[in-house]
Amino acid sequence: MGILAQFVFCGYMLAVCGGAVRLSGVSVSSRTSVVSARGLTKTYPPGKAGSAFTAVDAIDFEVHSAEAFGFLGPNGAGKSSTMRMIGCVSPPTGGTLQILGMDAADSGKRIRARIGSVPQDDLLDPELTVGENLLIYGRYFGMSRIAIAERSAELLEFARLTDKADARVQALSGGMRRRLTIARSLMNTPDLLLLDEPTTGLDPQARHLLWERLFELKRQGVTLVLTTHYMDEAERLCDRLVVMDHGRVVATGSPRALIDTHVTREVLELLIEPGTGAAVAARAYGVADRIEVLADRLLCYTDDGERALARAHERGLGGLDALVRRATLEDVFLYLTGRSLIE
Amino acid sequence: MQLSADGVTQAWRYWLLRYRRTWRGTIVISVANPALFLAALGFGLGKLVDHEHSAYLHGSSYLAFLAPGLLAAAMMQTAYIESAGPVHVSARRAGVYRVATATPLSPLDALLGHLLFIGFRILTSATTFAIVAWAFGAVPASRVGPLVLAATLTGLAFATPVAAWAVTVERPALLNGGFRFVIMPLYMFSGTFFAVAQLPGWLQAVARCTPLYQGVQLCRSVSLGDADPLAVVGHSSYLAVLVVGGLAVGARTFQRVLTA
Ligand SMILES: Nc1ncnc2c1ncn2[C@@H]1O[C@H](COP(=O)(O)OP(=O)(O)OP(=O)(O)O)[C@@H](O)[C@H]1O
Ligand SMILES: [Mg+2]
Repeated sequence: MGILAQFVFCGYMLAVCGGAVRLSGVSVSSRTSVVSARGLTKTYPPGKAGSAFTAVDAIDFEVHSAEAFGFLGPNGAGKSSTMRMIGCVSPPTGGTLQILGMDAADSGKRIRARIGSVPQDDLLDPELTVGENLLIYGRYFGMSRIAIAERSAELLEFARLTDKADARVQALSGGMRRRLTIARSLMNTPDLLLLDEPTTGLDPQARHLLWERLFELKRQGVTLVLTTHYMDEAERLCDRLVVMDHGRVVATGSPRALIDTHVTREVLELLIEPGTGAAVAARAYGVADRIEVLADRLLCYTDDGERALARAHERGLGGLDALVRRATLEDVFLYLTGRSLIE
Repeated sequence: MQLSADGVTQAWRYWLLRYRRTWRGTIVISVANPALFLAALGFGLGKLVDHEHSAYLHGSSYLAFLAPGLLAAAMMQTAYIESAGPVHVSARRAGVYRVATATPLSPLDALLGHLLFIGFRILTSATTFAIVAWAFGAVPASRVGPLVLAATLTGLAFATPVAAWAVTVERPALLNGGFRFVIMPLYMFSGTFFAVAQLPGWLQAVARCTPLYQGVQLCRSVSLGDADPLAVVGHSSYLAVLVVGGLAVGARTFQRVLTA
């Protein structure tokens, strides 16, 4: 984003946030546990062809009040399955799950009344208008006509969809639908907000705007649980997160702690011709603590990137484009979810 | 299994909101359809049939014989159309039941709310049909009310079992198959157009066991005014058992599919 655009964007953000609506009614401040899972398991029954499948395999985690908690993991890791169990739409098949001080096994209805949920596939009603989608949802929560009207107006403003209130959902772009889904999840002023890949399909500006809104909700005491494939999002938004793979938790901690624990401080990236990875890696062996080969890059993990770069030059790799950067969650993710590693 | 009156009401109101967009079209269809059938078959074919003064017709005109049978069959068809496709679609990945069950509503609320709407559609279609039949002189005004009730019961006897099944269906082709291989044969061979007694013996026995036969007999005896109280109780009980059985199974299948 150019400086000018950034300036305009910030101004816009200030304008929007300045007159911000209070999106939540909670004011919990103590560090109580909002979600607590012990040995949480989801085994799907065997389908027509296959056998039973364990998508979530005895995981433990604890979400504290008013924090943003993230699930990170590759496709099929079991993130959505976990989110659906927290949302009390899919019962656990093993372990215990406490949400907002209630047991998910027998208080689903009361829990759902206090949860907002943004499912991975929007679940909007394409036959109805934007406003009608909010109306229906508000009714499901037993809200009065007046309360629904007021809340809808606020939330449409929030999602910048006010001028689309009477448009059919069918006619919305993918990003607009996502924003509507997020707005809808706030209809019941939830204490706990579940967001399954909330910003997938949003343009950068809408993403940043949503982040601001999520920060605001957090300040108001709403607990956020989210999944994402965007590492920058996880780093910015999440106070703590777990990395999942094959239905198991492979690491837990704050983004900073995860980086400190699992990867080195810096990374030397060497850009390579596709297909030459193994050969280049063999020559680079020893320049860093660990080397990872991607299709178009070598990632050399080291606490001193400049020194690794100098060593690479010594090995005659000076001809490659190189860059030294700080390690990010992306590196943690690559490490933990097991791509091919050359130590 | 959880149930709340408020949840059911809100689930029902969802379907009403959607119906607001299409109700005009459905009213036109539910008037035009019986009018066309009664005109063509009742008047046209009836002229041919009435010559014979057949005992099979309960001593009435073919039009008066046909109208209640056609009504019962039409309610079966309406019930199938309203509960097979819509229930199937609503239960799939991004369907409207999935939205409802993420809120305080339970799968049972979603089922009953939808069935209330389906019942409402059957009731309104039966009413317009019966009024058209009355306008054709096929049924006296005093029997329109009881006839509508009998026809609605017939429709519901299909709606609840079909909903209970449709929620579990994964391939929509099955729903078309159900229509072609179950609903259509029932339509033809349950005494809608001719008395079952005219069928060959073994087919007669089969026909008498079908739910549509029970509905047709109920509607016809109510409409012609020659109802034997015992038979009315028999037919009604048969249909009521289907309604309740469909509900009981549906409560289970909805719970199972919507909380996978
Ligand atoms: N209803 C279901 N029945 C059977 N298997 C399922 C069901 N839902 C998910 N699965 C399987 O469980 C595994 C985990 O799925 P899940 O949707 O939880 O993954 P995810 O981490 O959210 O992935 P993504 O990043 O692609 O959204 C997958 O292998 C998937 O095929
Ligand atoms: Mg997912």
